[in-house]
Amino acid sequence: MQGFRKIVLGVSALLISLSARADYAWNFPEPVTPMALDTLHVHNKFMLISMAIFFVVLAIMIYSIFAHRKSKNFKPVADKAPSTATEIFWTLIPFVILLLIDFVIMGIPAYHSVVMMEDTRNEAKMVIKITGSQWRWQYEYLDGDAKGIKFVSNLSTPKVQTDKGYEGVKDEQYLLEVDNRLVLPVGEKVRILMTATDVLHNWWVPQFGSSRVAVPGFIRETWVQVDKAGTYRGQCKELCGKGHGYMPIVVDAVPMEEYKAWAVAKNAEMAKAAAGSDKEWTKDELVAEGKVVYEKNCAVCHQASGAGLPPAFPALTGSKITTSPIFGADGKYLKDGHLDRVLNGVRVMPAWKALLNDTEIAAVITYERNGLGNSVGDVLQPSQVKAARQ
Amino acid sequence: MSTTTVAHHDDHAEHPTGIMRWLTTTNHKDIGTMYLTFSLIMFLVGGSMILAIRAELFQPGLQLLNPEFFNQLIGVHALIMIFAALMPAATGFANWMIPLQIGAPDMALPRLNNWGFWLLPPSAILLTLPFTLALFGIGDGALATGWTFYPPLSVQGGIGVDFAIFAVHLLGISSVLGSINIIVTLFNMRAPGMTLMKMPMFCWGWLITAFLLIATIPVLAGAVTMLLTDRHFGTHFFDAAGGGDPIMFQHLFWFFGHPEVYILLLPVWGFIPQILEAFSRKPMYGYKAQVYSLWAIGALAVVVWAHHFFTAGMPVPALLYFMYSTMAISLPLAVLFFCWIKTMWKGSMSFETPMLFAVGWIILFGIGGLTGLVLADVAADAQYHNSYFVVAHFHYTLFAGGIMGIMAGTYYWLPKMTGHMYNEKLGKLHFWLTAISFNMTFIPQFFLGLAGMPRRIPDYALQFAEFNMISTIAAFVLGLSQLIFVYNIVSCARGGKKATDQVWEGAKGLEWTLPSPPPYHSFTEQPVVK
Repeated sequence: MQGFRKIVLGVSALLISLSARADYAWNFPEPVTPMALDTLHVHNKFMLISMAIFFVVLAIMIYSIFAHRKSKNFKPVADKAPSTATEIFWTLIPFVILLLIDFVIMGIPAYHSVVMMEDTRNEAKMVIKITGSQWRWQYEYLDGDAKGIKFVSNLSTPKVQTDKGYEGVKDEQYLLEVDNRLVLPVGEKVRILMTATDVLHNWWVPQFGSSRVAVPGFIRETWVQVDKAGTYRGQCKELCGKGHGYMPIVVDAVPMEEYKAWAVAKNAEMAKAAAGSDKEWTKDELVAEGKVVYEKNCAVCHQASGAGLPPAFPALTGSKITTSPIFGADGKYLKDGHLDRVLNGVRVMPAWKALLNDTEIAAVITYERNGLGNSVGDVLQPSQVKAARQ
Repeated sequence: MSTTTVAHHDDHAEHPTGIMRWLTTTNHKDIGTMYLTFSLIMFLVGGSMILAIRAELFQPGLQLLNPEFFNQLIGVHALIMIFAALMPAATGFANWMIPLQIGAPDMALPRLNNWGFWLLPPSAILLTLPFTLALFGIGDGALATGWTFYPPLSVQGGIGVDFAIFAVHLLGISSVLGSINIIVTLFNMRAPGMTLMKMPMFCWGWLITAFLLIATIPVLAGAVTMLLTDRHFGTHFFDAAGGGDPIMFQHLFWFFGHPEVYILLLPVWGFIPQILEAFSRKPMYGYKAQVYSLWAIGALAVVVWAHHFFTAGMPVPALLYFMYSTMAISLPLAVLFFCWIKTMWKGSMSFETPMLFAVGWIILFGIGGLTGLVLADVAADAQYHNSYFVVAHFHYTLFAGGIMGIMAGTYYWLPKMTGHMYNEKLGKLHFWLTAISFNMTFIPQFFLGLAGMPRRIPDYALQFAEFNMISTIAAFVLGLSQLIFVYNIVSCARGGKKATDQVWEGAKGLEWTLPSPPPYHSFTEQPVVK
């Protein structure tokens, strides 16, 4: 008896320590927007009702399974050829209960949730535009203090960690960290316009409770109002190709003053970057800058070595496009030349003109022509890219 | 001499032997056996694919597969399980059992029946061939868009998409042919006295399934053909730049896709009540109510499709309509659940393997149904959509509700089909292993989805590690348990204790009046039903 108690104590201690150590989550993460809060309430209520139905029915079944057995010599009691009235009565009972659950207990709150979810305009204080591309998000502020700010947000988990066969330590926010975070003011209703450049994507931050498909060629809308300062993370939720698992979302929700200060700083940073396109760069500067841009944006398909993943993603090392001239005799860039391809894209290749600034495009092209095993020797200046955009 | 010829001619039992028997057969039992065998093989193929995926998801980081191959496996796994495992299994039972249940000698259109089956192996090859071609440097592998083919990703994809489109065309033709055959058989070849409202429930389930197939498969075929012309012939059905709309594809696809769920489930809803009444030794409760409910579900099936993509964006009235109409499905379904349980109530139950599967099926399919009710809520759906919550939900409906139902049917009819009893101990072991490991695989996935793990990702954040590990271990137990099933079927086909004609004490229906196994041509003289 003593031994048995020891075993029970030991096993329960083990179970408790296991569950304490492990990072189990049993429900939605903490909601921080009115919509997520509403969703959590709806979910909890639905789950309680569902579980109540489930366990009551299960209990009836289990009772029947144990009581009405042949092995216990239970003689079948035939349902006395039910009169139509009885049959209708017994069919109507679950019918009425469900009617009540579906369309009253669940249906009425659901109606209000839908109306709230779709009301993107009333009381919205600012508008941002989110563009999904394979495999990154682009954010653009359309009005207010941050008007005109736009940037691309890439996964920033070191590539070595996401490579196949990596066995070392992973970052705490493995696959959920980006280089440029979306910054939003706390407590403001933000209307979000959503679109995509290539395939469907879906912008989803679980703690916001909003998720909307980004459709190329269309604008979809949703809204968030983050009521608590903090950092919130999410992921793309619509299969969008091989990088689908690698386009996270990180949002910093900050107080209004901090948001305004961030907007000023970000604007200054962008002005500085734009000024870079008027300056004359050396080849080494461009190659060094280009390597950074390449590894962030291009390596996912064309690989860090430039070998690509044929046939879907061609090699850049020794390819016709990266080694043939950029400009024609008339000084305009050649159709299907290197600059054309980077600016305008083709099929799977995105059009980078909306995603990268002049300096970044000049740098990455110069790097692709003078790195990755290529040595064409020429230099593309940011000013030339700026001119080509006209 | 002439008399023997006449006698020989009369029983029609002669048939070619070897491979020619199977290639040329027009016999409903031979064709049914081929459907069921094909289904079992493809079940193992699709299962191995998902085990590769679960192995990759065992822990964070990429260990075994690269993301491109991962994406190919998820889509092909689904297409194989739906079109090549579940649907052929139901069609196999239809072929075997409908003539026996309605007292007919064979199906109405035997040659068409043969063709319906022989379209399946080529389409399975079309689906999986791109994997092999990629090994030889041709193309970049199979369909990598998930089974839903959503453009523009599918317009962007490689030759795997074209192969899958043609595979779907062939599978669709096969299904429509099978459906025509079943409808014609059920309407024309019932034994004298068997009115429609005396037809066995399995026949009812299949009749409605057949109508759903004929109504929706052409829409799917049209949608994937539009995709094909978008890919190769310069049309812009799904390209906004040319005036098209990618979301239109989702409407067309799910107009087929939602009824497809009931296409997979209605045959099971047909024979489960028959199993329940057999092992409860008491007639099924509410026959009429069940038939009307099946019709109601069949009708609702074609008007609720857009709940599969609430997050794609649509007007508020559309959201509300699809939410409420989806919730309405719970009404006829609740009537069915009520009738099933009432059939067991105060019966004299015994728990042989078919009954174990049938009772387990009611419970697990109930979980699938209830979580489906929650998913209909548009606001909450924004969170569930495309997360692992949905993955768990539809495996409760399609694995528990579909495949475990098929297993119940297999154990129920196997002695009739082979003439031998299967190994009861192994059958029970198979049930318990399947039921427990199935729950251990998918309950963690509900929590993963709530915690925010999107589906179809090859690698995941560290916070999801524990549940994924449990799920993977259980998935391997689940996968390996199915080998017991295969062994049990094969050894039962080869020999074993002789089965009686009645097989199960409480089984009802014309199929149990024939010897086990039944003669090559089932009823040479029509039985009369009173």
